[in-house]
Amino acid sequence: MSNTEDNWLLKVNNLTKIYGDYTENSIINTGPEFNSNICPETGSIVACADINFELYPGEVLGIVGESGSGKSTVVKLLYFDMEQSLGSAFLKPHLDGLANILEESNQKKRWIRNYLMGMVYQNPRDGLNFKFSSGGNIAEKLIMGGNFHVGNIRNRATDLLEKTEVPVLRMDDKPASFSGGMQQRVQISKAIANNPPLLFLDEVTTGLDVSVQAKVLDLIRELQQDLGIAMIVVSHDLSVIRMLTDRTIVMKNGRIVERGLTDQILQDPQHEYSQLLVSSLL
Amino acid sequence: MVENNKYINKYNFAFIDEATKKEIRRKLLKAVAIPGYQVPYSSPEMPIARGWGTGGLHVTLAIIGKTDIFKIIDQGSDASVNACNLRNFVQSMTDVKTTFDTSEATIIQTRHRITEEELNENQIFVYQVPQPEPLRSVERYENKTRQMHGEADYAKMWVSLYEQFVSHGDIMLGAGYPVKVNSRYIMAPSPIPRWDIPNLNLSKALHLFGAGREKRLYAIPPFTKVEPLEFEDIKFHIEDFKGSVCSKTGYKKAFLDEMYYDDGSTNFVINDSNFLDKLFEKEQPTQHENKYINQIAE
Repeated sequence: MSNTEDNWLLKVNNLTKIYGDYTENSIINTGPEFNSNICPETGSIVACADINFELYPGEVLGIVGESGSGKSTVVKLLYFDMEQSLGSAFLKPHLDGLANILEESNQKKRWIRNYLMGMVYQNPRDGLNFKFSSGGNIAEKLIMGGNFHVGNIRNRATDLLEKTEVPVLRMDDKPASFSGGMQQRVQISKAIANNPPLLFLDEVTTGLDVSVQAKVLDLIRELQQDLGIAMIVVSHDLSVIRMLTDRTIVMKNGRIVERGLTDQILQDPQHEYSQLLVSSLL
Repeated sequence: MVENNKYINKYNFAFIDEATKKEIRRKLLKAVAIPGYQVPYSSPEMPIARGWGTGGLHVTLAIIGKTDIFKIIDQGSDASVNACNLRNFVQSMTDVKTTFDTSEATIIQTRHRITEEELNENQIFVYQVPQPEPLRSVERYENKTRQMHGEADYAKMWVSLYEQFVSHGDIMLGAGYPVKVNSRYIMAPSPIPRWDIPNLNLSKALHLFGAGREKRLYAIPPFTKVEPLEFEDIKFHIEDFKGSVCSKTGYKKAFLDEMYYDDGSTNFVINDSNFLDKLFEKEQPTQHENKYINQIAE
């Protein structure tokens, strides 16, 4: 698929999130040049500002940066977990990309979340309801997608759990009784249950041990190749970024400091911070 | 000297003062206008504690007029303690005629049952509701449940039904099975048995629900679609009495109580006392018609 200017899947313009009161100077006086995201005038915190990018169908975009750089904020804003201060985002499958999804009604936002997006959080407790069984968690997403046939729901859940290598026998157990890696895979099953064109992965492998990390990364790569889902991968771990992504954005103090092909950034980082990041790679 | 008549009667007609009645009526109008939507209301003090039928009582006292004929049942019976006391209270505050006869009554207040006999256009059915929020079992915060209702976000409710089916092989809700009203709001029908749920659908009577402790009113207007929540392959069903027969009348197609006796024996009796009396007197009361009752073999 050729990525011409028009066939983007997701387009983000000037996405900004500021906590507290802000003035025009809040954005001017913060950022990597000042090595701070706290506005000196008002004390408000600029979590992210001036975020612009496009994502193409089937493409995997990495967002990398140190903790507090605003990378999680970007995906949480796009998944409607928080409300943006400024900016707009357009999603092609929703009204042909003509409507700003961040300004839609809650009902429409939920529809977009259920049909067009999936999210995998760092902590499975954010993405899964631990009071429901793992099958029930997948059922929740399917029911939100308008599926009211228990037999079909269970078949689909079985397929998904097989695909993510969770023992199907444990479908009716609660995720609380699972290991961290299994919980993460149930979360991935839930996120892709309705075949969304877009998937957000927020630090999915952080906190897992190395062999499980490798398995989860393998799984994500397989899903990407089989289903052609476009993904935004947020991580502070450059090896995850190298393994999964085609294109990368480097963030610092809430701003994008560098963007480009992943290989390019890893081989020949331009910005001072990217250089530091790459050179710290073990 | 000018006579002051204001305090000649110890209580206002129907106990509640006129301004508060007006408030309750206004909230009831809103409830009727939005079928299944829970309207907050004042829930004024009554001579009984909140949660002991005050919601139903507020509704009854706000709508009752001097020509009304009042019937009240508790679990199907006209003679149980709750019903008797509330009947005496309403009667002493209004002097209206009271009755046991379902077809004669114009206002029927109830706890936990709908009468077996069919209701008509001239009747209002008033429910005492302990928990008006059907989503409370899956979401404990009121602000969240209100938002869920507002956005028709009912996935959690459905998942809880799915989970019950997966772990128990059936949807394990006996009384108070959640229903969808007018294809929009999910509503708690008060703890009536599943047997009564289909009788809410396209009912000719107006159904008003009052939850005094929780301070909510809601309504099902006449001829409104009311569907129990069911999956495409896992269907709602009513209680199965496995062919049991009422020991007093030999009748099958009514909600039955199982009676236990001191010698260890058991038998079944029709739960609705007025319906039982009528059958016993060889009268022929018309019953609610629905596909579930029709399936029961003669």
